[in-house]
Amino acid sequence: MEKLLEVNLLKKEYTLGSLIARIKLTAVDNISFYIKPAEIFTLAGESGCGKTTSAKIILGFEEQTSGAVIHKGKPKTRKERAWITEGVQAIFQDPFTTFNPLRTVDRYFFETVQNFKLARTNPEAIALIDRKLKLVGLSYEEFAGKYPNEYSGGQLQRISIARALLTDPTLLIADEPVSMVDASLRMSIVNLFKKLRDEFGVSVLYITHDLATAYYVSDRIAIMFRGNIVEMGPVEQVLMAPRHPYTKLLRESIPEIDPKKRWHDTVSLTELEHDEYLRNGCKFAGRCPVVMEMCKSVVPRDLVVDDVLVKCHKYDESYNS
Amino acid sequence: MNNFILRTEKLKAFYILDMQGTQKIVKAVNEVELEIEENEIYGIAGESGCGKTTLLKALFNSFDPPLHLVGGKIFYGMGDRYVDGTSLNQEDKRKLRMEYISYVPQGSMSVLNPVLKLKDTYQDFIASHVDGKTRSEAFEIAKAHISELGLPANILGAYPHQLSGGMRQRVTIALATLLKPRIMICDEPTTALDVVVQRGVIQLLKDIQRNLKNTIIIVTHDMGVHANIADRVGIMYAGKIVEEATTELIFNSPLHPYTQFLINSLPKFGDKSTRGSVPGSPPSLADLPDGCPFHPRCPRVMDVCKTQMPGFVHPNDRHRVACWLVGEG
Repeated sequence: MEKLLEVNLLKKEYTLGSLIARIKLTAVDNISFYIKPAEIFTLAGESGCGKTTSAKIILGFEEQTSGAVIHKGKPKTRKERAWITEGVQAIFQDPFTTFNPLRTVDRYFFETVQNFKLARTNPEAIALIDRKLKLVGLSYEEFAGKYPNEYSGGQLQRISIARALLTDPTLLIADEPVSMVDASLRMSIVNLFKKLRDEFGVSVLYITHDLATAYYVSDRIAIMFRGNIVEMGPVEQVLMAPRHPYTKLLRESIPEIDPKKRWHDTVSLTELEHDEYLRNGCKFAGRCPVVMEMCKSVVPRDLVVDDVLVKCHKYDESYNS
Repeated sequence: MNNFILRTEKLKAFYILDMQGTQKIVKAVNEVELEIEENEIYGIAGESGCGKTTLLKALFNSFDPPLHLVGGKIFYGMGDRYVDGTSLNQEDKRKLRMEYISYVPQGSMSVLNPVLKLKDTYQDFIASHVDGKTRSEAFEIAKAHISELGLPANILGAYPHQLSGGMRQRVTIALATLLKPRIMICDEPTTALDVVVQRGVIQLLKDIQRNLKNTIIIVTHDMGVHANIADRVGIMYAGKIVEEATTELIFNSPLHPYTQFLINSLPKFGDKSTRGSVPGSPPSLADLPDGCPFHPRCPRVMDVCKTQMPGFVHPNDRHRVACWLVGEG
């Protein structure tokens, strides 16, 4: 099986505090996953679970503490991860801060065309830009000479996707691309990822906390919690029949679009996220409804149950038998 | 009908901007008529830039330039009489606020003073609204209130940055309920929170409502939250309420094409069929189209929609909708 991008035992530690009272915070704790060509892979989890840190490391904005990022079979150092020439492009969370408000948006497009020598003449460049804009449902005529404030958030996000598509990338890394966009317009962005995958074979690493769109769009999903991947597998299995107690909690906490399905039970929350990061054993042990004594001291292994990777003692035969 | 706690009559609140001699008028709240009952949770839904937050400001009777009250009236039901909110002076308005009607603004996790411990924030709040309380009495009130809502009492000694976003949000909500207001206005209380934390906040709001038997007006663009908490939902588009019904009716038989789009565009678990989003983008409130403001985006547009704004039609007494498709009746 060909792997477009592979992340192997990636780890990132941050040190906090002063010289004397220093603590180490493991933001990403030995995670491994891979993305196949023409696949949408989702990294999902709450804020502070390490999903953006993983994206930053993959894009080369941060140096990992240990582990490897492997692209098409070759490990890449941080400097080599100037991905752009190899067809990896990024889309960021807030479309309003992606573009400089004092520059017209089309200048970003011409700059990209120039930097990559994608066209020789101006009409050629315009034709290329127009083609990419059409993909996201815009046209060059209504686009030229406008400033970012003249667009809505959804439009700007689609424009930044069009810009990423200029170099014909094979992988898009989208960090929370819909969280700043209205719920009613989210589907226009998510449908675009589907179209890119089906028609152009583009893979997408979709990083989100919105499990509903993740379910709708992705092929495989990994649920992250406090730096660990706690469950990973085909989206149907992970989200429709969750195994890990944390995935279950997440899945139940999404408000259903149905007034008959209201919540009746109560949920316990953490007061300080800090404590969960520094916890020994399973990081979820403090809130887990089926917690066992060993969860508080022993880190669970990665277990494979029917194609799905689960990091939970409950499924470990060697203890339970 | 006497059990309305808040009623508006053709409420118009515009932003009037003077730009080098030419006036620009942003019609953020345009002839809104609401009747909000006692002891209910009323949800307001709509896209960003449709005037939801401005409507809340108007309901809270807070008009700061460039926002102006252009026309219409707001009535607050107090006991057996109605008070006209627009005729109150500053001092009366100040008394009304937090004791009768409280407001949890958007992004309220950042409204807490970062250099004060939470107990000092509480102390300030109590000192300015309740007379004759000493520091220690105020602290006792705060402590009792916090534990009544099921929040840990030790957070009073913490600075805001030491708490997570969800906890800060819940502390702000707790602060808004301290004087047991009859109406609570919450602007996007769960946006930017994680799903599990969001659930905790919704739970807290529901508990408060059940205990105080007051009215909560909640604004969010997340229809899932409305389905979970609201008794009635109003759909707002371009400064107007276009449809209003009980939550069951809105979700099961929406009549306005915009409401149908809003509900059908949401992905559901167990259903991977392709979903479209609302075509086009919301109109600028400074330059509204003639007739029904939704007509440029509406797939079932008719000639009459382009010239005339439809009035409200009542399919039944818990449901009203402004759309020519539903017909006059």
